[in-house]
Amino acid sequence: MTRINEKFAELSAKNEKALITYIMVGYPNESATISIVRGLIKGGADIIELGFPFSDPLADGPVIQNASTVSLNNGTKITSFFKIVKKIRNETDIPLVLMTYTNILYHKGYASFIAEAKKAGIDGFILPDMSIEESKEYIESAKNMADTIFLISPNTTKSRIEKIVKTSSGFLYLVAVYGTTGIKAGIQNYTLKAIKKVKKIAKGKIPIGVGFGVSTPEDVKKYITAGADAVIVGSAFLKLIEKTPKNSLEKSIASFTKSLKKQTILK
Amino acid sequence: MKYPKDGKFGEFGGKYIPETLVPAIEELEENYLKFKENKEFKKELDYYLKQYAGRPTPLYYAKNLTEKCGGAKIYLKREDLLHGGAHKINNTLGQALLAKKMNKKRIIAETGAGQHGVATAMACAVLGMKSEVYMGYKDTIRQKLNVYRMNMLGSKVHPVKSGSKTLKDAINEAIRDWITNVEDTYYLLGSAVGPHPYPVMVRDFQSVIGEEIKTQMKKLSNKTPDIVIACVGGGSNAIGTFYPLVNTNTEIIGVEAAGKGLKSKYHSATLSAGSKGVLHGMMTYLLQDDEGQVTETHSISAGLDYPGVGPEHAYLKDTNRVKYRSATDAEVIDAFLMLTRTEGIIPALESSHAIAEAMKVARKSKRSESIVVTLSGRGDKDVEEVQRYLSKNDKN
Repeated sequence: MTRINEKFAELSAKNEKALITYIMVGYPNESATISIVRGLIKGGADIIELGFPFSDPLADGPVIQNASTVSLNNGTKITSFFKIVKKIRNETDIPLVLMTYTNILYHKGYASFIAEAKKAGIDGFILPDMSIEESKEYIESAKNMADTIFLISPNTTKSRIEKIVKTSSGFLYLVAVYGTTGIKAGIQNYTLKAIKKVKKIAKGKIPIGVGFGVSTPEDVKKYITAGADAVIVGSAFLKLIEKTPKNSLEKSIASFTKSLKKQTILK
Repeated sequence: MKYPKDGKFGEFGGKYIPETLVPAIEELEENYLKFKENKEFKKELDYYLKQYAGRPTPLYYAKNLTEKCGGAKIYLKREDLLHGGAHKINNTLGQALLAKKMNKKRIIAETGAGQHGVATAMACAVLGMKSEVYMGYKDTIRQKLNVYRMNMLGSKVHPVKSGSKTLKDAINEAIRDWITNVEDTYYLLGSAVGPHPYPVMVRDFQSVIGEEIKTQMKKLSNKTPDIVIACVGGGSNAIGTFYPLVNTNTEIIGVEAAGKGLKSKYHSATLSAGSKGVLHGMMTYLLQDDEGQVTETHSISAGLDYPGVGPEHAYLKDTNRVKYRSATDAEVIDAFLMLTRTEGIIPALESSHAIAEAMKVARKSKRSESIVVTLSGRGDKDVEEVQRYLSKNDKN
């Protein structure tokens, strides 16, 4: 059983849903990343997505795009990223998911990148530009090494959802709204319908996480009530990080995380 | 490769796209396959290509340039004489007409030098559709004339200030817009790049260039040309020139932008100096660093300033069917001035790369041989850029 599966099983036993948080490693700098992770854990995050920057993050909105640029300008490299992951791993057993773009893995070689990531303590991958059609080598390289979390959009067809369910492990990432990360589109009826549709097709075999534009405790509550097994919050954390002085980062992150996590605990 | 079902040219191409775009790409492929063989669609497109854009374009024998070089006969395929001044109109008319058949109300596009943006704005104006164009901020400065033209044609131009502020970032922004407005927006891609079916579709719409070259040369010499040469950024005029000739004996040469030299960091010669990678929905050759981060590019020509290349070119390089070479900014300026002064034709800086190579090849070839160079566009837009270069480098 992978760390991610264990986490969902543990939460289910407690009648809780998962809060998944995203941050960009190296934003605003390397040492702040550690404080931010500590804050996330203190606040009760269940799974942490660690973003690795890419020069052309076409599925991301301005907030993550900017964090990506800052991180790259700070000199974040693959080796420094893995060093940070190891540091985090020394402090916690929380599931860690790496979110980046296909070329970063392809360039180093899927198998070698995934093996190194696994060694550092990464449990799964999210690659927003990896389609299931092109995923054969990636899936084979990740087998028994890490979870491969694919995205589903509200406009994905039933037959395609079936294929994605078969190809994914860990959890499914349901994109809440048409748009890039951080989009302010509000909660749409089509998303609530999509949660039900995907749940029906997944038949409880894999949890469903809802992300993109989820930024407040109210958003979290609505998606959980609609049946999501997890919610994913990213840009809202980066915005908070941007306006928080470094010495109070851990505390503010913990407090915001706590407010979100509260909504995932079912009564 | 005729129509690769999986969108792959060998290992290149494919569909590396966010899931939200999958239905749009599937809808596009389904409609493209339906309309490309449809008699009415073909007739309508043919009408616009002939009566609106000005096809067929002449195949002009550049006698003065040939004499100056002293070797093979140089012919120019005059895509610069098309409406709008570049080959781009072949593709935009095709795709805009397709978008209209698909009942799409809004068209978005990206542009480097602005020629694709202008061609999109023209095609949309004549077909009664709305268009918005993303353009790198740096390119809006060096190609401001084209920004005015787009505005006058009724198109909204969005300057892109992220990343390198050139074509690559304009494509990123256009894709972001498309993800957000996927239900009613058609993305009219300007080069033979991007996820399948764009590279095939753009190639097919541009193949009119190579088909005409074949017919025109046959009339002149009863055979295909000995050599064809075209410039390669994303590679749409080149693939349109090459594709109909790939299965003949013609020697084919693509010319990339070597900028300040291949050993410097300032060039856009993806095939000559790049490595395999994934960007903008496709597997292709890329200019990237050791970590897989896409690097910034340089070319005196905004239209070639792109770190990737069409996947079919990547395949043609690896199978050795096409030779890919490069020309530096200095060689390009020399070629630009040479054609301007010998023939009275001001070529686009993009096309001047192909001219530079043709001048080298002609000198080494026999007088009995023929070289066809695709003059992909005219150079009015580049006059200021050339002037800047000449005054900076103290040349005249």
